Amino acid sequence: MWQWFHKLGSPKWFFGIATRFMPWLLAGGILLLAAGLIWGLAFAPEDHRQGNSYRIIFIHVPSAFLAQSIYISMAVAAVVTLVWRMKLADVFVKAIAPVGLIFTFLSLFTGAVWGKPTWGTWWVWDARLTSMLILLFLYGGVIALDRAINDEKSAARAVAVLVLVGVVNIPIIKYSVDWWNTLHQPATFKLTEKPTMPMEMWLPLLLSVLGLYLLFGWLTCIRMKTEILIREQRTRWVRELVMAGGK
Amino acid sequence: MSEPLLQAIDLECERDERLLFKNLSFSILPGTLTRVEGANGSGKTTLLRILAGLNDAWTGQLLWCGKPRAYDRESFHRNTLYLGHRPGIKPLLTPMENLRALMAGRRPVTDDVLQQALEGTGLAGYGDVPCRNLSAGQQRRVALARLLIADEPLWLLDEVFTAIDAEGVSAIETLLQQRAAEGGAVLVTTHHDLQLPGMRRIVLGEGQSNE
Amino acid sequence: MSSAGGALIKPVEQGVSPLSAMWAVFGRDVRVAFRQRQDLLNPLLFFVMVVSLFPLGVSPEVSFLQQSGAGILWVAALLAVLLSLDHLFRHDFDDGTLEQLVLQPQPLFLLVLAKTLAHWMLTGLPLVILAPVLGVMVHLDGNSIAILCLTLLIGTPVLSLIGSIGAALTLGLRSAGVLLSLLIIPLYIPVLIFGTGTVAAAAEGAPVGGYLALMGAFLVLALTLAPFASAAALRISLSNS
Repeated sequence: MWQWFHKLGSPKWFFGIATRFMPWLLAGGILLLAAGLIWGLAFAPEDHRQGNSYRIIFIHVPSAFLAQSIYISMAVAAVVTLVWRMKLADVFVKAIAPVGLIFTFLSLFTGAVWGKPTWGTWWVWDARLTSMLILLFLYGGVIALDRAINDEKSAARAVAVLVLVGVVNIPIIKYSVDWWNTLHQPATFKLTEKPTMPMEMWLPLLLSVLGLYLLFGWLTCIRMKTEILIREQRTRWVRELVMAGGK
Repeated sequence: MSEPLLQAIDLECERDERLLFKNLSFSILPGTLTRVEGANGSGKTTLLRILAGLNDAWTGQLLWCGKPRAYDRESFHRNTLYLGHRPGIKPLLTPMENLRALMAGRRPVTDDVLQQALEGTGLAGYGDVPCRNLSAGQQRRVALARLLIADEPLWLLDEVFTAIDAEGVSAIETLLQQRAAEGGAVLVTTHHDLQLPGMRRIVLGEGQSNE
Repeated sequence: MSSAGGALIKPVEQGVSPLSAMWAVFGRDVRVAFRQRQDLLNPLLFFVMVVSLFPLGVSPEVSFLQQSGAGILWVAALLAVLLSLDHLFRHDFDDGTLEQLVLQPQPLFLLVLAKTLAHWMLTGLPLVILAPVLGVMVHLDGNSIAILCLTLLIGTPVLSLIGSIGAALTLGLRSAGVLLSLLIIPLYIPVLIFGTGTVAAAAEGAPVGGYLALMGAFLVLALTLAPFASAAALRISLSNS
């Protein structure tokens, strides 16, 4: 068990595994996402209240899912960084924080685009949108702190503390924003409230979510591999790899 | 009693992507005086900070009285005195207030003892002057006054002679020797040419390739 | 000189209780602050100035100020605390007393807690005391002012506690001040929401006991968790210096 754990922490071992899994992640991701999107955008039935504009959920919902689960996975990696000081966990957090930021932005953007036909305005201080905005701030803070510290080990540990503080706060923020929302604008039409979705909408959504997760896995592998090469540039195995032409 | 107080095994430290030292092992025995040597940037200060418990970015093993240091961190801190580059003196407080604050978390000390220590470092009569009105050398002397009241078996002193006049230097040299004779362990870094009988050496930056 | 007779220096077994060590840290910070009184006034002046920007910049109308007064005061207090946080560890870091603090044979989180409480007493508490005056200036009624002060009294220690984490994380970095704000502002949002929300609920005649209890829960949570995070962050920042 411990040996396995240790092995998992070795950048070299991960590099090999990642290289082997990446084509599968990419292929699976593209396939599922394409299937989900084509089905969702072209074949799924129209929503009886929102018409075709609801179809943005096939991008909006997967992005929002990823935005949140990336933060949670960063928190898990942060624990690993602080407790076991595993190099790979540092690399993971550093690699995916910007990805999380982009997905958060994407879900905010698609939310705004969706809001225009639904509410007649680009931005509404809706509870979910506001929570996502705060999540964007949290990502921003994590990335800014990581960039500000030169020494990569210190940066990883400082970021880990920040991520954990953030993850403790996320439920509190969510709860407060929901409460604030009911206080200020009671009973608006909820954006992502899925109004008893029929199977024909639900299935393509599931496919897109899964597809985007796989693609995220692929992207994570690429970014982690790059980061590993930068960090381990002085080790023998990286040199040999470069000599051998990167294969 | 020759059991080492502090034992370092295979210490390795990398800072800002530069390897400072690797496979560094040594023991610090009671009653010894050790000087850490090396060129600028060879990691003397970093080594002392690692030993003191300020720097956590190292790998290897550190044993305190034969057990991993992390087992009883409080006992380690209670028995170690570290004086760094920065004297740890608040410019707005008087020497007495500073010493009181420095000792407060460690052990109860009466004001008389602190007063004596200040007198011992040549600061008699300055007890009530804010430290920012003192010269750099005098401020360091406030920090050094702790050596006169210290009962910690292990001293880690980083550049203690900075800004100290010749007379003060020889007083400190005597103090360190006396300390070693009494069974205390002292580890110093200094640019000052320190030559004391029986002094041990830890040399950094030699025989360790920076790749 | 100790133990001149016995040849060997014995390990030190006895120490000082954590409580008196905390008290010493607290006392030293208060003493230092009172030797540099201008630093104590700065956040207060900032607080007053930011609040006075709103009537000037938005509208001096009584109805607007009455409605937004609590929010304005809360945001201004939050920014004032944020501004003062940069000093929480920086001076200690620069003069080396922070190193000596970390090396004390005491649980670090307790010493950090003592420092944070001193910070609150020197910045947060004066803000709370000043708040009624500004409350009158933005035409809040007596009841709202009382509730506002109560929320500030419970909320400002939370601001200091959460802020101490940011201050510890950004210690010794370039442009630490701005970075500190970026890290901490998102974490301040719940306190702000409940601080102003409670005053708004009170203005509508709703019972506020539950909200105040909830803010109390935030305070308890921050008191129990923040010192650990700050202590960990301090060790990391010192390790990097």
